[in-house]
Amino acid sequence: MKLAYWMYAGPAHIGTLRVASSFKNVHAIMHAPLGDDYFNVMRSMLERERDFTPVTTSIVDRHVLARGSQEKVVENITRKDKEEVPDLILLTPTCTSSILQEDLQNFVDRAAMESKSDVLLADVNHYRVNELQAADRTLEQIVRFYIEKAKKQNTLSVTKTVKPSVNILGIFTLGFHNQHDCRELKILLNQLGILVNEVIPEGGSVVNLKNLPQAWFNIVPYREVGLMTAVYLEKEFQMPYVDTTPMGIVQTETFIRKVADILNQIEKNNVYNFDQYIDEQTAYVSQAAWFARSIDCQNLTNKKAVVFGDATHAVAMTKILVREMGIRVACAGTYCQHDADWFREQVWGFCDEVLITDDHTQVGDMIARIEPSAIFGTQMERHVGKRLDIPCGVISAPVHIQNFPLGYRPFLGYEGTNQIADLVYNSFTLGMEDHLLEIFGGHDSKEVITKSLSTDSELNWTVEASSELNKIPGFVRGKVKRNTEKFARQNNITTISIDVMYAAKESAGA
Amino acid sequence: MVSSAVPKSRGFGSETLKFECETGNYHTFCPISCVSWLYQKIEDSFFLVIGTKTCGYFLQNALGVMIFAEPRYAMAELEEADISAQLNDYKELKRLCLQIKRDRNPSVIVWIGTCTTEIIKMDLEGMAPRLESEIGIPIVVARANGLDYAFTQGEDTVLASMACRCPDIGEHGNIEEIKNNLTIEGSKINTDVLPSSAHQTCQNLDDLGPNQKIGLSTTTSISLSEPKRTQPPLVLFGSLPSTVVNVLTLELNKQGIIVDGWLPAQRYTDLPVLGENVYVCGVNPFLSRTAMTLMRRKKCKLINAPFPIGPDGTRAWIEKICSVLGVTPVGLEERETKIWQSLETYLSLVKGKSVFFMGDNLLELSLARFLTRCGMIVYECGVPYLDKRYQASEIALLEQTCLEQNVPMPRIVEKPDNYYQVQRIRELQPDLVITGMALSNPLEARGISTKWSVEFTFAQIHGFANSKDVLELVTRPLRRNMMQSTSNKTLVK
Repeated sequence: MKLAYWMYAGPAHIGTLRVASSFKNVHAIMHAPLGDDYFNVMRSMLERERDFTPVTTSIVDRHVLARGSQEKVVENITRKDKEEVPDLILLTPTCTSSILQEDLQNFVDRAAMESKSDVLLADVNHYRVNELQAADRTLEQIVRFYIEKAKKQNTLSVTKTVKPSVNILGIFTLGFHNQHDCRELKILLNQLGILVNEVIPEGGSVVNLKNLPQAWFNIVPYREVGLMTAVYLEKEFQMPYVDTTPMGIVQTETFIRKVADILNQIEKNNVYNFDQYIDEQTAYVSQAAWFARSIDCQNLTNKKAVVFGDATHAVAMTKILVREMGIRVACAGTYCQHDADWFREQVWGFCDEVLITDDHTQVGDMIARIEPSAIFGTQMERHVGKRLDIPCGVISAPVHIQNFPLGYRPFLGYEGTNQIADLVYNSFTLGMEDHLLEIFGGHDSKEVITKSLSTDSELNWTVEASSELNKIPGFVRGKVKRNTEKFARQNNITTISIDVMYAAKESAGA
Repeated sequence: MVSSAVPKSRGFGSETLKFECETGNYHTFCPISCVSWLYQKIEDSFFLVIGTKTCGYFLQNALGVMIFAEPRYAMAELEEADISAQLNDYKELKRLCLQIKRDRNPSVIVWIGTCTTEIIKMDLEGMAPRLESEIGIPIVVARANGLDYAFTQGEDTVLASMACRCPDIGEHGNIEEIKNNLTIEGSKINTDVLPSSAHQTCQNLDDLGPNQKIGLSTTTSISLSEPKRTQPPLVLFGSLPSTVVNVLTLELNKQGIIVDGWLPAQRYTDLPVLGENVYVCGVNPFLSRTAMTLMRRKKCKLINAPFPIGPDGTRAWIEKICSVLGVTPVGLEERETKIWQSLETYLSLVKGKSVFFMGDNLLELSLARFLTRCGMIVYECGVPYLDKRYQASEIALLEQTCLEQNVPMPRIVEKPDNYYQVQRIRELQPDLVITGMALSNPLEARGISTKWSVEFTFAQIHGFANSKDVLELVTRPLRRNMMQSTSNKTLVK
């Protein structure tokens, strides 16, 4: 047992559901007790989804414990098949239901015979993998299933497209700025003259998965999800892939050069050279390089920062801060413990120390010890920063609704470099401003004598009433006090008791 | 004291409420969510949820910001070795509880059993007493799991377990002495929440023997005029914010009724005294297990009343308590009328509008009754679970209200099926759907106005004065629609 207050990555089924519900016309059925379907709340609230989340629950209750859930699961699958006519129904157990050790594969096989849709059982161990690992695995599982199905039916299209093309793997729902990143990637690829063959899972259709091999190669923008699929496709169809995250100027350049290498290898009689494109973008589209040169950024030199997040974003951010802005990263860390080796290797030489943990108190203690000028982390680090009075820029999931902005905010590509520069700069200046304020004693040196408009000279609060008043949350207390005193004056009451307070509340309600 | 079954309706044909039951495929919160409000209510408690990552992620996401304020709850996250019994449950729990004792020193640790502890049959009830005596902190066990319960029923399981920890009148001999203490203390305001005296009270409690502890600790009630006790002891059950507790207590004081305690009190050490002569009354519709425990285990007498939600409900609640305790209520009718008058602006907005409850928190019947009285038409009232005995008075009042308002009775659907409900909503096109957050945005996108049901659980909705708050919530989407309709153009497709 582990005493836990907060976790960075969710349970496995969340990852599975994120992949499933990102595809078009795929329905996920959870084998879970009542109340485990809060994934629907997260998706509906955070992503502000207009459509019903295609996830239902085959509820495990007392009756199921007594009799087994075979009938119920099969019934629920066939029912959804008729109601929604999805292409694929994915059955996913949760931590709880996986302990029941029922033969769900058997139910799935039975249901598959009766339904028009394909039926799959998500193949993840709920006690060994987390949300991100499960998402990676599920994506691969679905791709593999449809590739093999197409092979059997001889509908697999392995002919490459005439012009160079790619698949983008790993853009999905509830991902950190994924939608914006996807758009930015498409713009980038378009400018390089590369067609986008398929984007999965977000907005993709499982029916089209058989077209994946038509692309010349794959790109995996985020390390956490999509890598397994890329490796599978490489093995199966010798499709190369690029797993460099185009985040920051240097990494974007590396990404583009890798793309060029792959293209040159495939098409021997054509030379792809993107040098001019890179130069133009770096000089004119991205402001980040100039920004790093400007004297504003000079002030940031050797300032101390701490970076924490998922492996992709924490690595990219560390490199940007150090290489592109001259900021000192005192500690870089990640909660992706399963990818610790890769992480260490990537940030080696870029930071003073490395922290690999999924215990948020350890991260908090590290920040308190280092006392950086700014933090770049998840929502959790933002709260640590609030407590310690250190500004924080959010660079990675887990996130809040405010990290699903309506405006265009990619982290990848050349526009992404601008966004990141703003984020970094704003975090630090706020810190600087705060610091100056402290030294010079605030903007306004005149003391504010009273915030309330009423004078309490002739009114007398009883001890009970004032203690009751003190129980009211600070931000409305003043208003309640004013209203009560107004009421008392209107009714010629000189002593304010609890009774008077509630009478005032009632009359104010009118 | 459970009042007789639903009365036969008069007039209006032979119509009565129709009860149905669907598949139970509906969205609601897991009952472990009760820790989010209970740890705030019971100030000296610590809630330990014994479950998996799934439970923890739910609490973290559904309860949002609260998690960052050093909450007095935590997960005992079960790992693979716990599930396969490679680790010893007792030793593991002891290790965690000692850590909690060291870091927080609570007066009680509440273990919340989850689906997983049910399935692997972890004997929490058996381990608690042993561990309790070993570490010296009371351990209350509540099985608030999704296999058996929905959302607010979580509180029910906790309060039912806590009821068993309330001191007995019988055990401590002289009832009169306790009553005297109660009366004296009853005239004092919550001394324990005053910052200056809080510390002192704690210290005193430690010094005193068990007898005096009970007298001293029952400080939840307020009474301004120090009425002379004419009634048997009365204890109210249901967790409410302390301001609402005071409002309801004052309301009864005005009728000359002393409230001798609340379950739960602000502190675990202040649990009310219970026993054979004690009358109890619920303030929330989802507390049927607690009611049952109070009656069967503690031999209390249950006053079965409608719940004090809305002015009609509040009045009926007070009247029922008065009638059982032999007090003639004074001035209630005028008071109700006055409140209704003050709600006039809201009423004009809701009159004639239709509402559909998808059902997820068991407050549905009481809200439906209040909204019917406000002039709305309730098409359907989904509810996770309906205890027809515990809610008998509320059901009767709902029927009566429908008859008096001359509107059709709502269809009451227990364990609803959200998919079928959405089909019905499409057909009926109600003016307002009260539903969970999973379905709100999709329904709004289809032009159906919605109100999140969860807000009713967290808002202050009890008593006369809070009626306004209920209508404030209900009318919010309607008011937004009015604001937006001033422009001719539809902005959302």
